[in-house]
Amino acid sequence: MARRLSGDLDEDRFKPLRLMNGVYLQLHAYMLRVAIPYGTLDSREMCRLARIARVYDRGYGHFTTRQNIQFNWPKLAEVPDILADLAEVEMHAIQTSGNCIRNVTADHFAGAAADEVEDPRIHAEVIRQWSTLHPEFSFLPRKFKIAVTGAARDRAAINVHDIGLQMLRNEAGEPGFRVVVGGGLGRTPIVGPTIREFLPKAELLSYLEAILRVYNRLGRRDNPFKARIKILVASVGGDVFAAMVEEEWQALRGGSLDLPEEEVARIAAYFASPPFEALPAQDTGFEAMRFEDRDFARWCRTNLHAHKQQGYAILSISLKPVGGVPGDATAEQMEAVADLAERYGQDEIRVSHEQNLVLPHIRLRDVHAVWQGLVAAGLGAANIGLVSDIISCPGLDYCNLANARSIPVAQRIATRFADLDRQHDIGELKLKISGCINACGHHHVGHIGILGVDKKGSEFYQITLGGSAGEDASLGDIVGPAFSYDDVVDAVETLVETYVGLREKGERFLDAYRRLGPAPFKEALYAGH
Amino acid sequence: MTARIVTANGLRDGEVLYLARGGRWTRDLAEAEPAESPEAEAALMAIAEGAMRCRAVVEAYAMAVAVEEGTPHPLSQRERIRAAGPTVGTDIAIERGR
Amino acid sequence: MPVIKDGQLVEDDWTFMPDSVPLDEVSRPVISLARWQGESRALRVRNLRLGLRLPNDADPAAVGAELHRFALIELEFPTFRDGRAYSQARLLRERHGYLGELRAVGAIGRDQYFFLDRCGFDSVTVAGDEAELARALEGWFEAMAEISVPMQPASDRRPPASSLRERRRAAAGAS
Repeated sequence: MARRLSGDLDEDRFKPLRLMNGVYLQLHAYMLRVAIPYGTLDSREMCRLARIARVYDRGYGHFTTRQNIQFNWPKLAEVPDILADLAEVEMHAIQTSGNCIRNVTADHFAGAAADEVEDPRIHAEVIRQWSTLHPEFSFLPRKFKIAVTGAARDRAAINVHDIGLQMLRNEAGEPGFRVVVGGGLGRTPIVGPTIREFLPKAELLSYLEAILRVYNRLGRRDNPFKARIKILVASVGGDVFAAMVEEEWQALRGGSLDLPEEEVARIAAYFASPPFEALPAQDTGFEAMRFEDRDFARWCRTNLHAHKQQGYAILSISLKPVGGVPGDATAEQMEAVADLAERYGQDEIRVSHEQNLVLPHIRLRDVHAVWQGLVAAGLGAANIGLVSDIISCPGLDYCNLANARSIPVAQRIATRFADLDRQHDIGELKLKISGCINACGHHHVGHIGILGVDKKGSEFYQITLGGSAGEDASLGDIVGPAFSYDDVVDAVETLVETYVGLREKGERFLDAYRRLGPAPFKEALYAGH
Repeated sequence: MTARIVTANGLRDGEVLYLARGGRWTRDLAEAEPAESPEAEAALMAIAEGAMRCRAVVEAYAMAVAVEEGTPHPLSQRERIRAAGPTVGTDIAIERGR
Repeated sequence: MPVIKDGQLVEDDWTFMPDSVPLDEVSRPVISLARWQGESRALRVRNLRLGLRLPNDADPAAVGAELHRFALIELEFPTFRDGRAYSQARLLRERHGYLGELRAVGAIGRDQYFFLDRCGFDSVTVAGDEAELARALEGWFEAMAEISVPMQPASDRRPPASSLRERRRAAAGAS
C-alpha cells in the first residue's frame, strides 16, 4: 500500500496485488472483501467485523453468497489498518480475489446437521491450508472456487462450483468424496459432471493438485470469458477430462501431499463437537411457547432445522427483513448475534451462501430467548426459504460490473409479499437476482431467477424458472422476453399466483414447475401482450 | 445537447470525482467541465492521465452527459447512480406509496 | 541480460538465439524447442553447451530424456498473470528430475519471486537501469523473507507446516 501511495507501484501493477488482498474499486468507493473460511465465525471475530464496520465503514457490512463479508466504503489508505485489525483475530482478505483458489465454502449446517457423514469443514480447512499462497496455482487462467458438503442434501451448491466435493461412504463404509468438476454460473452456466464417484479421504490433496495442474496448463488464457475450468471440461468432455486428471494423479499420488492421520486428527480437533448436554428430545417450555406465541411458532416453522444432537436445534437468522438489503447487517446487529452465540450457542456462528447467518447449536429450551434477542435486534424475520428470502448480488447500486440494479428489485418483491401468512402459504420458493451475466446472485439456480440486463440504457429483467442449487441441481429456463424495472415485480407475483392456483397438495413451486413445465407460466405472463 | 465529461475515482478514498475547469477534481457533478468536441475531450483526458500519474485519481474515463442550462446530467443509469449514490434506500418508499 | 541468481545480480552470457541465427556467434546459446526438434541430430553431434527455451504451452515430457543435455532451461512468462510455467517448472523438477538451471524469463516482478523459488526456479531475468536492478534484488530478498513456513509441499526444500508438526510429534514420541 505504501508502495502504491508513494508512486513506487503504478495502478497496473498495484491492481493485481490490491485484488489479491480483496480490495476492489467499485462505483462509489473501494470495497474490501474479508474471507470467512467455510463461513464459520466465533463471537470475537464477529465483534471485530462489527468494529471494522463502525470505525472504517458506514456502520454495516454485507454478507455474500461466498460466505464472506464485504465492506462497501473503506478508504484505501486505511486498508492496512483494517487488515491489521483483522489479523489480531486471525482473519484476512487474502485470496478473496484474483485468479487463485478462493475461499473454500462449506455447508453452513456443518457439524450440526442431522444428515451429515462427517463435518465438511475439516477437509475444507485442509484445502484452505493447502491452497494458501500456493506457488503453482496463484496465477491460474481464472478464479477457482471449491465447495464441500458433508451430507447428501446439498446446502453448498457443489454442482455449480469449479470443484464440488460431497462426502459419502463407499461400500466398505469408508468415508471419501464424490468429485464434481466444471460446474458454474456466469455467462456459461453448467451443472458440473462427476469425474470421480469415490475418492478416499486421505488422497484428497493429490487429486485436487492433479485437477488444478491440468487446468493451469490447459485452461484457456486468450479470453477471460472462456477461461474458467468449466469451459475446459465442457470442451474436452467430462470423461476425457477425468482421464487427464487420472493420468496426472497416478503420477502424483502417494507423495507428500497425503496427509498423515495425525495431521487430519489435529485439524479435526478444531471442529470437534462442543460438549452437548444429554437432553430430552422435547422441551416442554419450548413447546409451550410455540403453542402460546403465534409469531414465535411461525418463525420456528421456517428458521429452525434438525440438529444431530437430541434436544438441540440449528437456528437460521434471516438477513432479509422486508425492505432491507439482502445480506446486510449493522454493527449493532453483528454484536447482538455475537452476544447470543456466546450466551446460548457454544460461541459459534455461520454465514450461509444464501446470505443469512446461522447459530448451529442452540438448546431447544433456549430457542425462545434467542428469538426474543433477535427480534429486539431487528433480526426476527420468519422467512427462511420463503419468497422474501432472496439472494441478491449488489448490482448496479454498488458494483462496477453490473448492468442493472438488483437490491431495489429484491426490496420491492419482498415488500410486495410482506404479508407473512401469504409467504408461509406460498411455501418454499428460492428467488435469486443477479445484476449482470456474471451471476453473483445465482439466478440460474433460483426456482425463480431474475437477471438484470441493460437495454439501450434502461434496466430490464429476464426471468428464468425451474433452477435449483441443491442435490437436484438444474438450470432455469428463460421464460420469455424481459420485463422493465417497473413491471418485474408484477411478473413475479403473476408467477407465484399461477403456481398457487395450479399446485397439488404439499407441492413446492419447483415441484409444480417441473410437473407442469413452462407453458402455464408463460401463458399467465404473456397472454394478452 | 450531448457532451462528455471526465470522471475518475480518488486514489485514496475511491470517491467519485469529476474533472472541473482548470484541472480541478470535484465531487460535484454540476461543476464538471463538458467537452463538446473530440479535441476538447482529448485535452480533458490528457489532464486526467497526468492526474493518474501523479496518483490523485484512478480509472479515469470520459462519459456522456446532456447539458441542460449549463449543467451536465449523466445519460446512463450507471452514471446517474454513481453521481447520486446507491438507490437502495429510496425505492421502498415508491413501492409503499403504490 | 542480468539475472537474479542465488541472491545475487549476475550478468551471464546465456543468449537466446532466434532460429535463423547461427549458434557459433555466442558461447552459451539458448535455442527454441522447435529448433531442437528440427536440428537435434546435428546439434547433438556438435556437442555444444546449450540452453533450451520451452514455450509455456509445451509439455516437458515432449523433450523426454534429452532434457538432461541442457545446462539451462528457460520458461516463459509473457505476462505475470500467465502462470503455466510454474507447473512446467514443478514437472521438470519433480517428475523429470531435471537438475540443471531453471530460469524464468519475461514479465516477472517481486510479487512472483517467492512462488518462482518454491517451484524450483534458480534464476530470473531482470531489466532496467542500475537503480531498478538494485530495487529488484532488494525485492527478491524481501520476498524470500516474507513467508517462513509454507502451507504445502512444492519443489523447494522448505518443509511445509504439516511436515514440521509431524517431525515435532516424532521427536516428542522418541524422547
